[in-house]
Amino acid sequence: MLNKNIYLILIISLVFAISFWIGFNVNLLPAEASINAPIYDELFKILFIIGLIIFIGMTIAVIYSLFKFRKKNDQIGDGIALEGNLSLEIVWTIIPSIIVLLIGLYSYNIYDRMGGMKELNHNHEMMSSNSEKIWAGISQTSDNQVSNNLSIEVSAMQFAFLFNYPKGNFISGELHVPVDQKVSMRMESKDVIHAFWVPEFRIKQDIIPGQPTVLNFTPTKVGKYPIICAELCGPYHGGMRASIIVEEESDYNDWFNKNKKTEVNL
Amino acid sequence: MTISIDPQKTDNESLQPKGWLRYFSFSLDHKVIGIQYLVCGFLFYLIGGTLASAIRIELASPMSDFMPRDVYNQVLTLHGTIMIFLWIVPVVNGAFGNYLIPFYVGARDMAFPRLNAVAFWLIPPSGLMLVASYFVEGAAQAGWTAYPPLSITTPQSGQIIWIMSVLLLGGSSIFGGINFIATIIKLRRPGLKLMQLPMYCWAMLGTSLLVVLSTPVLAGTLILLSFDIIANTGFFNPVLGGNVVVYQHLFWFYSHPAVYIMVLPAFGLVSEILPVHARKPLFGYTTMVFSIMGIVVLGLVVWAHHMFTSGTPPWMRLFFTIATAFIAVPTGIKFFNWVATLWGGKISINSAMLFSCGFIINFVFGGITGVALAQVPFDIHVHDTYFVVAHFHYIVYGGTVFIIFSSIYHWFPKVTGKMLSEKLGILHFIITFIGFNLCFAPQHWLGLNGMPRRVAEYDPQFQLVNQISSLGALLMAISTIPFLINIFLSVRNGKDSGDNPWNALTPEWLTSSPPPVENWEGEAPLVEEPYGYGKQFSEQK
Repeated sequence: MLNKNIYLILIISLVFAISFWIGFNVNLLPAEASINAPIYDELFKILFIIGLIIFIGMTIAVIYSLFKFRKKNDQIGDGIALEGNLSLEIVWTIIPSIIVLLIGLYSYNIYDRMGGMKELNHNHEMMSSNSEKIWAGISQTSDNQVSNNLSIEVSAMQFAFLFNYPKGNFISGELHVPVDQKVSMRMESKDVIHAFWVPEFRIKQDIIPGQPTVLNFTPTKVGKYPIICAELCGPYHGGMRASIIVEEESDYNDWFNKNKKTEVNL
Repeated sequence: MTISIDPQKTDNESLQPKGWLRYFSFSLDHKVIGIQYLVCGFLFYLIGGTLASAIRIELASPMSDFMPRDVYNQVLTLHGTIMIFLWIVPVVNGAFGNYLIPFYVGARDMAFPRLNAVAFWLIPPSGLMLVASYFVEGAAQAGWTAYPPLSITTPQSGQIIWIMSVLLLGGSSIFGGINFIATIIKLRRPGLKLMQLPMYCWAMLGTSLLVVLSTPVLAGTLILLSFDIIANTGFFNPVLGGNVVVYQHLFWFYSHPAVYIMVLPAFGLVSEILPVHARKPLFGYTTMVFSIMGIVVLGLVVWAHHMFTSGTPPWMRLFFTIATAFIAVPTGIKFFNWVATLWGGKISINSAMLFSCGFIINFVFGGITGVALAQVPFDIHVHDTYFVVAHFHYIVYGGTVFIIFSSIYHWFPKVTGKMLSEKLGILHFIITFIGFNLCFAPQHWLGLNGMPRRVAEYDPQFQLVNQISSLGALLMAISTIPFLINIFLSVRNGKDSGDNPWNALTPEWLTSSPPPVENWEGEAPLVEEPYGYGKQFSEQK
């Protein structure tokens, strides 16, 4: 009996060790390019490790049973007439409940750190439209009075994104943003539902006709990343992509000044 | 209330065809209707599978080059709709429910045999209508979710035919659900207590409650959507002041419980199969019953987890996270109990057992990604990507379809009196298991790294992994061949099975195989211990 328990403990520790090793050494995610990304990857790692422990454990239990308890050729008759075990049932009700509850609390914490629980506000250069109802999104900015937030109006249509820079009074098909600065986007669709997704930023928000949504983020790494539409929007849905270009502030300012329309035009 | 439990008395006996012709008639025999459901469902599975193959061929290359883009969207819409409404729901509910439930409650037929036949005969015309809509003006192309405004702006005839077809199928499902509830509650043989019923009865009771509670919501929603399309109303059309997010709430109020309508009966079926082939009682009967009912209750309050990136405010996102994650608890209980059922048994490693164990492994994997997807911050990145595609195929294919095959291997001798070939069955299992995992496991990575779902073209960096996935799909298509050969060979010259080849204790095996028209020659037996292995047979040692 003692022998059996030692084997069991050995196997369980091995499952844990393998799961932790895979969890820390196998990277399944793309590059991290916003302040959301490392927070997300932390959650992913935890869920990945817990998932691996459960999956490997259950798989071993099933395969072991198939080998250990398989009927030998000459055997007839039944297995033991064991109909249940109340304490086991209680154990495997309570432990998963606790795990699920802890994961829930932890992901609440992650979501809060991502800015998901902040009041939905689009920092709109303190224009009167601040009172507009925002239906959903991730705000990330409690301090929406900070005026140096870059504010962008996104409109989506079949099959393109347009980025309106109100400060420069111009529209671009490419999203340029300076690195390490909060970007605040107000998004609305002109036709069907689209979605704004940047995998390297780990953020996504639907763009809905008639219901403006917000998405705020802070890029942390200079580079060019894809913006992908993630909601079926018609035949060319797969081709509905744009680029977000994260650049140093000076490069961004050059680009911005080149494109901005002067006041004379107004 | 008068309950017709004797179809032959209400119908002129000479009018009921005999032999294989009865499967093409308006038969009132629950066993005939069950087989009608199964074969009809399988034919649609072949159509849906062909469409899936077309999708995987298109995705073997990054460019949209195999079929026109709008046809691709029609193909993915039809694939989803056919697989859900014409294959999985009718088969795990209609086919096995009809065949088994009257046996399990000790009745001679379902409570409402005519309603039963009507429920089945709604399926072939609506399925054919759906497939035929491709030849009218193109089939629906807004996905099986039919989100407005896309479903309002795409070609109308296809979308309207899609709506009519789904309404008929929903009606069929509701008729079936009412029938199962009535049969399980009212037609039980005298002396048979609820807590003595085989687990599949509980699964069907829970499923039917979900069907009856949630399907009418889908029906109402689709009727409103059809008004928006043909009568220019503005329920969901934002141009006319409608609200597109309300549609999503109403749609998922049905379509999330629909997942449980697809998996709960499979939970019931596997609870019948494992004890027989492991020669052990089902572990934890009472907790299994409560966990089914727990899943039913929780299943009704989790729908908005499909809408985490949609127009849902933060508090709603959090509520549905917690509710969804908690479904893992009753579901987990069931899996622990099944493994405990295997533990210490005398397990026959046969096709039915292998498919059931494959189900456990696949479903645990899909369940784990499901708990992850329930977490709002996790979901925000992978929502509407191939990660989700992989997740739900692990649930509905790796889970439910594996159990459908397992059940076919288990009950084939009951229906035909012949055995299936174990060699071909195990070959079928091996190819299906490898093909399935090869097809869908890599898709998790695709989703995490930036491939959205429902696309005909993608970033070329994903080509290799997509080709691996397509190779898996090819294996899955090939796996159907040994299965079909097995069925045809065994129906024609399979080995005689005898009445009870598995020495099973559930009531359907206590009559002849195939069973007579009214199930038992004499009175229905009273089975108080459907899982009493190790007790009755212990003298045989």
